[in-house]
Amino acid sequence: MLGVEAQKPPKGKWTTAPFDPRFPNQNQTRNCYQNFLDYHRCVKAMNRRGKSAQPCEYYFREYRSLCPISWVQRWNQQIQDGTFAGKI
Amino acid sequence: MPYPHQLGFQDATSPIMEELLYFHDHTLMIVFLISSLVLYTISTMLSTKLTHTNTMNAQEIEMVWTILPAMILILIALPSLRILYMIDEINDPSLTVKTLGHQWYWSYEYTDYEELCFDSYMVPSTDLKPGELRLLEVDNRVVLPMKTPVRMLISSEDVLHSWAVPSLGLKTDAVPGRLNQTTLMSSRPGLFYGQCSEICGSNHSFMPIVIEMVPLKTFESWSSLMT
Repeated sequence: MLGVEAQKPPKGKWTTAPFDPRFPNQNQTRNCYQNFLDYHRCVKAMNRRGKSAQPCEYYFREYRSLCPISWVQRWNQQIQDGTFAGKI
Repeated sequence: MPYPHQLGFQDATSPIMEELLYFHDHTLMIVFLISSLVLYTISTMLSTKLTHTNTMNAQEIEMVWTILPAMILILIALPSLRILYMIDEINDPSLTVKTLGHQWYWSYEYTDYEELCFDSYMVPSTDLKPGELRLLEVDNRVVLPMKTPVRMLISSEDVLHSWAVPSLGLKTDAVPGRLNQTTLMSSRPGLFYGQCSEICGSNHSFMPIVIEMVPLKTFESWSSLMT
């Protein structure tokens, strides 16, 4: 459920993460982290309501484009271990 | 690319670097003019037998040599700020590439579609083929499509590094735990070299960057070959 491979979305019209006016400057750390959080919160909220997580795909592709793979792996490991510091 | 006994910048590959070259010419010309004026003034003053000992006030000349330098500084500052804001313009990148600095190599990740990642180590001098550049060649180059804006996200996995490519006018620090963004846009195909620009240990001088700019079709076939 948390593996990147299992969550790969189907090929669509996605090119790359668009400009996000919330993060207009050079430091994009928060952009990556925020999309990661938003994806997991979206999936959690959709699952709670029993709906499909399809709309969450946008956040998934955003964080996948922006975040270094090692960061994502570390965070996913922390989520599995229950030590992830962010609020999901 | 750099060449032996080089005095100036490398040829510009991106529009920003072209602007920087013009700005440098403009500013250097001002510097040369001022320096030659000062040199002339000093040499004239040292080689004359005339003396002048009764100056009591010099209001007019003081005004001139205050106002004129201020105007020259404004003349330098305006193009400089123009380029600074030009670098920060919002553009619409077609591709995002992440580069992570390690001790002592770069790794690149293209994760917009499939996950494509590879390491880029320097080719040792003993393994160079004829015609290759010493301390600049790498085993896996960063292949990118030309004439498209590319978002580069730069970070580090250990210590500070800096990802620099002079002919594109790029230099961005690789800070662990931080993701720095810069935009890359090459006007022409070719190979563009750079070197790590922040001291990072014993092999700091031996982790170069090579960008290979190719047409979009070539990039697409390369990326499908690599994944």
